[in-house]
Amino acid sequence: MRARFLPHPLLSLTLFLVWLLLVNSISLNSIVFAAILGLVVPMITQPYWPDMPRLSKPMAIPAYVLIVLYDIVMANIQVAMIVLFKPKSRLQPAWVCVPLDLRTPEAITVLAGTITLTPGTVSCDLAEDGHAVLVHCLHAPDPAAVRDDIKSRYERRLKEIFE
Amino acid sequence: MPFWAEITVTLFLVIAGLFGLVGSYGLVRLPDPMTRLHAPTKATTLGVGGALIASMVFFYATEGRVSTHELLITVFLFLTSPITALFIAKVHLHQRETPDDLPTPAEGTGWAGFAAEGPARGVRDFPPDPAGDTATPEISR
Repeated sequence: MRARFLPHPLLSLTLFLVWLLLVNSISLNSIVFAAILGLVVPMITQPYWPDMPRLSKPMAIPAYVLIVLYDIVMANIQVAMIVLFKPKSRLQPAWVCVPLDLRTPEAITVLAGTITLTPGTVSCDLAEDGHAVLVHCLHAPDPAAVRDDIKSRYERRLKEIFE
Repeated sequence: MPFWAEITVTLFLVIAGLFGLVGSYGLVRLPDPMTRLHAPTKATTLGVGGALIASMVFFYATEGRVSTHELLITVFLFLTSPITALFIAKVHLHQRETPDDLPTPAEGTGWAGFAAEGPARGVRDFPPDPAGDTATPEISR
């Protein structure tokens, strides 16, 4: 019964909050409509998302978000420096294959998004069996270091949060 | 608007403008499609972010209320920009790369983007159209 009314409680809560933020005011009107959205959207989309993702350590999410935000600012400065000052001939782009220990699709999605947002790396493809991510680096003299950095900095934390 | 707010808003607007400019300049300067992808996905994040922070400070200083729309724009930007980058990267993989150019994920497996279209075949290997047009028009670099 609960599964039918609230198949994704977290999604419902997120929709509720996002609608209130969009309206930018707290009135009876907006609260009622936010509640309707939070109930109806998860029910309509349930066939496309049958399994509920588990969060084993949700308290670790804020720390992860802060680390990623910090890295994004640093990434911006690094990439700007490369764009402005590095001669084209000294640029060493590289493809890197990052083997994954993560298995839940949601965790892999978050990891791929994080890789794209942070220092000089873009995630491009997933292995057929989903056990590796293909990453393109803007400037990587040492591709192995990039791989280890992604694994220790982001994947380890995501594994704690999701698995 | 108090003086401190003017300074802060100006500072963030200048930062935003600089990073937006550098991101666009990277598009012109970097040598190939994959490296070009890096400039706009990153440098512009801080560009847009700076403008959003400036906007929040401005509305707080002039009208005394916290505007939440900027927070939402940031969230949506972080959700959508990796997906755009992934789409562009996938198109590049299909048109310009073969699995031989890439590292293999593990023994006996390939990348999902190439598996969907049969063994080791990129778009550029499709036979020419009978009408005489080639299947993939060559884009000048």
